[in-house]
Amino acid sequence: MDITPTTLLPLAFLGYVLGCVAGLLFLRHERLANVFSFGCGTLGALCGAVGCVMSLAAGATTAAPLQLQLLPTLIPYVQFTVRLDPLSAFFGLLVSLLAFALSLYSIGYARGFFGRKNVGVLGAFFNLMLLATTLVVMADNAFFFLMVWEIMALSAYCLVSFEHEKPETRSAGVLYFVMSHIGTGCIMLGFLLLFQASGGYGFAGFHALTENAGWMASGSRNAAFLLFLIGFGIKAGIVPLHTWLPAAHPVAPSNVSAFMSGVLIKTGIYGMARAFFYFLGTPPMWWGVTVLAIGTVSAVLGVLYALMQHDLKRLLAYHSIENIGIILMGFGASLMFLHTGHPLLATLALIAGLYHTINHAVFKGLLFLGAGAVLHATHTRDMEHMGGLAKRMPQTAFCFLIGAVAISALPPLNGFVSEWLTYQSLLQGFGSTDSLLRLMFPIGGALLALTSALAAACFVKAFGITFLAQPRSEAAAQAHEAPLTMLLGQGVLVAACLFLGLFPTVFLRILDPLTQQLTGLQISPQLTLANGLVLSGVNQNGGTVSTLGIAALGVGLLFIPFALWLVLGQKTKTRIGPTWDCGLQGLTPRMEYTATGFSKPIRMIFKALFRPRREVQREYDFSPYFTTSIRFEAHVEEVFETRIYRPLQRQVLRLSRRMRALQAGSLQAYLIYIFITLLLLLIFAL
Amino acid sequence: MKPDTFAIVLQTALLLVLAPLITGCIRNWKARLQNRRGPRIWQPYSDLIKFLRKDMVISEHASWVFSAAPYVVFITALLVGLMVPMVTVQAPLSLFGGVLAVVGLLALGRFFMALGGLDPASAFGGMGSSREMTIAAIAEPALMLAIFTVAITVGSTDFSHMVAASQQSGWDMLNPTHLMAFAALFIVLLAETGRIPVDNPSTHLELTMIHEAMLLEYSGRYLALMEWGASIKQLVLMAILVNIFLPVGLAADGTVLALGLGLAFFLVKIFLLSAAVVMVETANAKLRLFRVPDLLSAAFVLAAMALLSTFLFH
Repeated sequence: MDITPTTLLPLAFLGYVLGCVAGLLFLRHERLANVFSFGCGTLGALCGAVGCVMSLAAGATTAAPLQLQLLPTLIPYVQFTVRLDPLSAFFGLLVSLLAFALSLYSIGYARGFFGRKNVGVLGAFFNLMLLATTLVVMADNAFFFLMVWEIMALSAYCLVSFEHEKPETRSAGVLYFVMSHIGTGCIMLGFLLLFQASGGYGFAGFHALTENAGWMASGSRNAAFLLFLIGFGIKAGIVPLHTWLPAAHPVAPSNVSAFMSGVLIKTGIYGMARAFFYFLGTPPMWWGVTVLAIGTVSAVLGVLYALMQHDLKRLLAYHSIENIGIILMGFGASLMFLHTGHPLLATLALIAGLYHTINHAVFKGLLFLGAGAVLHATHTRDMEHMGGLAKRMPQTAFCFLIGAVAISALPPLNGFVSEWLTYQSLLQGFGSTDSLLRLMFPIGGALLALTSALAAACFVKAFGITFLAQPRSEAAAQAHEAPLTMLLGQGVLVAACLFLGLFPTVFLRILDPLTQQLTGLQISPQLTLANGLVLSGVNQNGGTVSTLGIAALGVGLLFIPFALWLVLGQKTKTRIGPTWDCGLQGLTPRMEYTATGFSKPIRMIFKALFRPRREVQREYDFSPYFTTSIRFEAHVEEVFETRIYRPLQRQVLRLSRRMRALQAGSLQAYLIYIFITLLLLLIFAL
Repeated sequence: MKPDTFAIVLQTALLLVLAPLITGCIRNWKARLQNRRGPRIWQPYSDLIKFLRKDMVISEHASWVFSAAPYVVFITALLVGLMVPMVTVQAPLSLFGGVLAVVGLLALGRFFMALGGLDPASAFGGMGSSREMTIAAIAEPALMLAIFTVAITVGSTDFSHMVAASQQSGWDMLNPTHLMAFAALFIVLLAETGRIPVDNPSTHLELTMIHEAMLLEYSGRYLALMEWGASIKQLVLMAILVNIFLPVGLAADGTVLALGLGLAFFLVKIFLLSAAVVMVETANAKLRLFRVPDLLSAAFVLAAMALLSTFLFH
């Protein structure tokens, strides 16, 4: 059998299906269920990843993308077809790569549930979610897309609610469920508008329309844009539609959180890329402006709220909002350039956004896996009870540090590369128009700088408080290194981070067919200098960077400290001693800086946003100087929840109470409703 | 365009040798201005050699991150120094990165320094790390916006292109845009190098220190690398400031005469800027920590006004 995408893709689907079936078959044999269901998932994902890479690598030469009919259909308009065009192949690669690392990790991680929860159910739903997500990014028909989109959302809901005995988990699950369906409703309406214009549900049909001028009234085009922005935006977690995200991601099992934060929210990005760049034709200016503004706001607010968290997984979830914002900054700039007629810059900005999409998937997956390993070892998500883990779980600490450096956009890792591309497109864009709108680019750049500096502060906190210094609890002191499969899963993603960071010019080549499809240009040769060692902006004088060169020279310069040691320091000795404790009787973990304390200066500086509130209650016997007990409570207000969602929720409830009168339980009344509706429809139709 | 090994070696040597001298000069001049005798200007060299010869004491709580931090700080400072034009228009490593790489590498050094501060489990270190990361977070947008103002008018994020462009524009450089950007960058320079009014480099008082708090547990060779790295970073930031806004005398080619002239001009400019820093340090008191954001947001507003004024003057 040939190894081609045509054979590999069905194998991938088969792997997920087998994994799902194995989970259900071995409901009562948790060990078998664990090995078989996650094992099948791992193999399937490997096939999928290889298939997608091959398809992208060949993409520039083959004219027609791979098309597969999965199931026969009798219903008009509905086709169960997958089509692997470059955009689908890119997102398919992202999904499969993460699915591979996560399934591998799950084999070790799910053991933590043995005897407590049913691992078979976990494996079955996990594989179902992998299958549905893969199909979402490859579906070629709006009906099919919506079906797998729903399966994906529902299986994710079941996984979020996996530990449903905790009330926090249940309410997070319901919030996710409701928000997700509001989004699906919007997407459905968007597709209906496209159907009105094209008379079909095939994706290629939607795209073919954009060739004819005046194919769609600008009013319904704008409506479709807004519906897709809201629908996919909810899935992606843009501000202000993000509230479900930091609630749902932390409570899920860590392998699921990693998938949700790394991949699931990217299906929202996929939907936006598909809709804005493929379905809707040349964008008006305000689309780009809106997307860029939403992206900037999401980035800044996401990282600011992340800084306030001391729940490790919740902190990571807020960072997903930040990174979605950075991706959308690239997309927004790209839409603006498409409007002003600068396809080259539009391509650069699009590449920046897409590069950040896969980067974020990789390092956020890695960080969630690290958080999962920590959770596995200490049984807590609260950073205030961690500390000292770098000595107890060194490999996990190293992997987490790589992820932290990458997400903080520090050179030479991958986060830096995609932010560099984003900065380049923003700065080059200044000259693309004369209107005052061009001020958005440098201001956006400055806010991106604020975002990445705050992200660095946040990850100093996340890594420093979790892994460094003394353990703050007995559980942290007793922590142990994660099992081998969990480390392997993290290792895969560390390797991906290093590859994407050090060899951007190699990776950019497989984006060529993708940009060809969306903007009609292939610019990787323009971005490559010095045999691929150096990455350049579209304009070579505009700036260059070489992460590989930085890394290599950095290692080379280590010669200087070594030489100094040779000349001056050979006779010196190193002694282990206590930390200076100001002459007290030794330091205790209670004297260490806490996560909350670490972010206090930022909380004070941005207090207009956070509205910090604290309550201190002291009890004392005869003088306030001799406190017998003290109770301290501090809160940060989540503005969107208290100012938008709570009032909205109250209104909806009030409206529902009124509506209750309609549904009184009398059959005759219901029949009259049906009759009136029918009558109205008939009048409307005639 | 290829990185020139000879230039790399020369500029590395310049960075290593000159940086402690600037630190020494600032200390000495500051003392003189305050009617003290102060340490000799060569004192930092003696300190570095002393530290390199001393035994190290490492905290029992510290992990491998603590030992990695000094190397990262030192190496990133050197790398950044190689990307900024000092004596020649063409920086030796300009191909490997411009403004964005410089800011990123400085942030990488700071990231590890802050982790090194947290690692020994001392509350001082944690306090220093927390404050350093906070101040950096609000200084960075101002820094970026100020440099963007220049980068946009030149159309490049490469320092060498910026310097070349400002050399060509001659007296045009003295337009309000550049003056405001310069003022913004000067404030950021004070914050990034830990100078009064943001931080006090000569104190070990727990209420005020930021940078020093992170270094408390370092000793011997590691302390030498940290101190040296901080001096180099200071020199590099000063070089960015003087060479972008006052690109007089930078050598365009590699002849000995041009290089010598370039070095002389560079030294004069750096010493003048150091004198300005000394004046600011002497004439001001250290700000309370929560007043620092006001100062830095002033820098941000200056940079934003510089950007707006590009509409008026170009």
